Amino acid sequence: MTTRIDTRFAELKKQGRSAFVTYVMAGDPDPATSLEIVKALPKAGSDVIELGIPFTDPMADGPSIQAAGLRALKAGMTLKKTLDVVRDFRKDDNATPLVLMGYYNPIYIYGVDKFLADAKSSGVDGLIVVDLPPEEDDELCIPALKAGLNFIRLATPTTDDKRLPAVLTNTSGFVYYVSIAGITGAAAADANVVGEAVARIKRHTGLPICVGFGIRTPEAARAIAEKADGSVVGTALVDALKNSLDAEGRATAKTVNAVAELTAALAQGVRAAKQAAG
Amino acid sequence: MTIAKPNSYRSGPDERGHFGIFGGRFVAETLMPLILDLEKAYTAAKADPAFHVEMNGYLKNYVGRPSPLYFAERLTEHLGGAKIYLKREELNHTGSHKVNNVLGQIMLARRMGKKRIIAETGAGQHGVATATLCARFGLECVVYMGAVDVERQQPNVIRMEMLGATVHPVQSGTRTLKDAMNEALRDWVTNVHNTFYCIGTVAGPHPYPTLVRDFQSIIGNETKAQMQEVEGRLPDSLVACIGGGSNAMGLFHPFLDDPSVEIFGVEAAGHGLTQLHAASIAGGRPGVLHGNRTYLLMDADGQIQDAHSISAGLDYPGIGPEHSWLHDVGRVNYLSATDDEALAAFQLLSKLEGIIPALEPAHAIAKVMELAPKRPKDHLMVVNLSGRGDKDVPQVGDILKGKSK
Ligand SMILES: Cc1ncc(COP(=O)(O)O)c(C=O)c1O
Repeated sequence: MTTRIDTRFAELKKQGRSAFVTYVMAGDPDPATSLEIVKALPKAGSDVIELGIPFTDPMADGPSIQAAGLRALKAGMTLKKTLDVVRDFRKDDNATPLVLMGYYNPIYIYGVDKFLADAKSSGVDGLIVVDLPPEEDDELCIPALKAGLNFIRLATPTTDDKRLPAVLTNTSGFVYYVSIAGITGAAAADANVVGEAVARIKRHTGLPICVGFGIRTPEAARAIAEKADGSVVGTALVDALKNSLDAEGRATAKTVNAVAELTAALAQGVRAAKQAAG
Repeated sequence: MTIAKPNSYRSGPDERGHFGIFGGRFVAETLMPLILDLEKAYTAAKADPAFHVEMNGYLKNYVGRPSPLYFAERLTEHLGGAKIYLKREELNHTGSHKVNNVLGQIMLARRMGKKRIIAETGAGQHGVATATLCARFGLECVVYMGAVDVERQQPNVIRMEMLGATVHPVQSGTRTLKDAMNEALRDWVTNVHNTFYCIGTVAGPHPYPTLVRDFQSIIGNETKAQMQEVEGRLPDSLVACIGGGSNAMGLFHPFLDDPSVEIFGVEAAGHGLTQLHAASIAGGRPGVLHGNRTYLLMDADGQIQDAHSISAGLDYPGIGPEHSWLHDVGRVNYLSATDDEALAAFQLLSKLEGIIPALEPAHAIAKVMELAPKRPKDHLMVVNLSGRGDKDVPQVGDILKGKSK
């Protein structure tokens, strides 16, 4: 089985370029604007899209992404509408990989089998579910793989060599290396330290390794791009979106552009990187 | 749901932390290695006689155990039915049952070499117990408490600060216990290398529900022995309030395989079950939050709903996973009491017995007021008086004067 994720990373490898992965929250600040933002991302240089599923209790997220989720929920966003965003996006873009990222409860309540079928038919390529470690693989990971979706696992600084094989066993698509022990929006890790961690994980897997948490600027994205197969930016984009809203938290004429412009600047940083190692 | 009766109600969880479909380890990867370490440390401690000797020493001389099993004569006369005994957990050092569990977890943290302790707290009783033992053992203590709870449980905030803890008012979400737990988990993910998360109830990822239950089971074990001594037999029923369910589980667990013992857990019905409340079994369904699968209050999209209770310690949209299982298999009966019923019980116990209960166990007393009159005079009923009401005196005083709601 080859997914859009596999195809995209294979292309980038041929080009000798590291991937630029963007995260935005589905439904932030409202479902219609959110769709426009998602559509704008590939045009601005995003190679892979991570779309957040809003949840009331995001235990691994910092204040920016917490607030983004609450804005989306307030605007009436649901998991079903999140899948609608993906379906609408796919009408004009059949190449950019799209990964849903979130927490397990909304998926569990939607119903795992129904969710996987609907996600697949909407054009979702992979899932990142923060609160499903390998110990809970029977819940969603194994069924997702059977349904033809990638299940992308997080590896962290606390995932030591002994544990890495367990984390990597049912991982597909790419590995998401969380560069710090912490929540989204926290301080960045040093690129050299990240480089060592990526090299360590590479000894255990042939999958691409993307690095996220704490990357906010084109310079930082470039530094990470030189060490890894991809860099993920989320909080900085969510902050740019938030700063474009009016006093009531509603979208303005500037909102889509605010996200697109930062995406373009970050994408340039990534493209300026010297070829990634390995 | 009906499920085949197990041979024993006391054999859970399985090796992956499941009680039937409930429990589990739904946490971020960053925490997983630490949770596995904790499980190992706990297994080793349990098998180490020195651990128990040390625990028992502090339980006796620092906490003041055993807590009395007291015959509430005037309450019994007033209600005119079952003979009511109060398990006096409110007499423990720090004023509630929470200290039993905190002592155990602090002993574990010491064995694991952790120097920084974090905790979430609702009513502040768990926070006070944690701050107390951190002071005793010279450990750094950081407590997360919803901003709403900081407001309504001021006396406990002051106590924690006097004990040297740092209290962080949590402004996110509903600003109550659920959000305090989110914030504690965020701290833990950030500081895993030196931090021990001291969870205050029988919830969270495996092994927490089990180890908290084990540390709290001293309540039920003592009750069994004390009842044997005064009445020469088992009690006929047990009643306890439920926030996450630790005081209840501590009382219930040793009796689960005694079929003659009726068991009642009391959730907080807030303004009533058709309005805002905190009764996750009565009004919720199975979902995943804070590391475990359990009954939760949520909407059709799986978004967690606001809970409400007059009692900060019960104001939580979930319940420990073992309770969810005991409900599904039908061993424990889960009831609920409203804010108003709890307030009436708070006043009744104060006036009849000279014991001001915390608002949390006032919910249990409220159901005793219904259950006891329907039972014969030789029926032995034990209520867990999980904490004292000092912390609630300002809040209840205001409500009774009509100043706040
Ligand atoms: C006195 C008292 N009882 C009960 C509770 C509820 O917790 P649990 O259900 O874990 O016993 C609390 C929590 O703050 C409490 O302070």
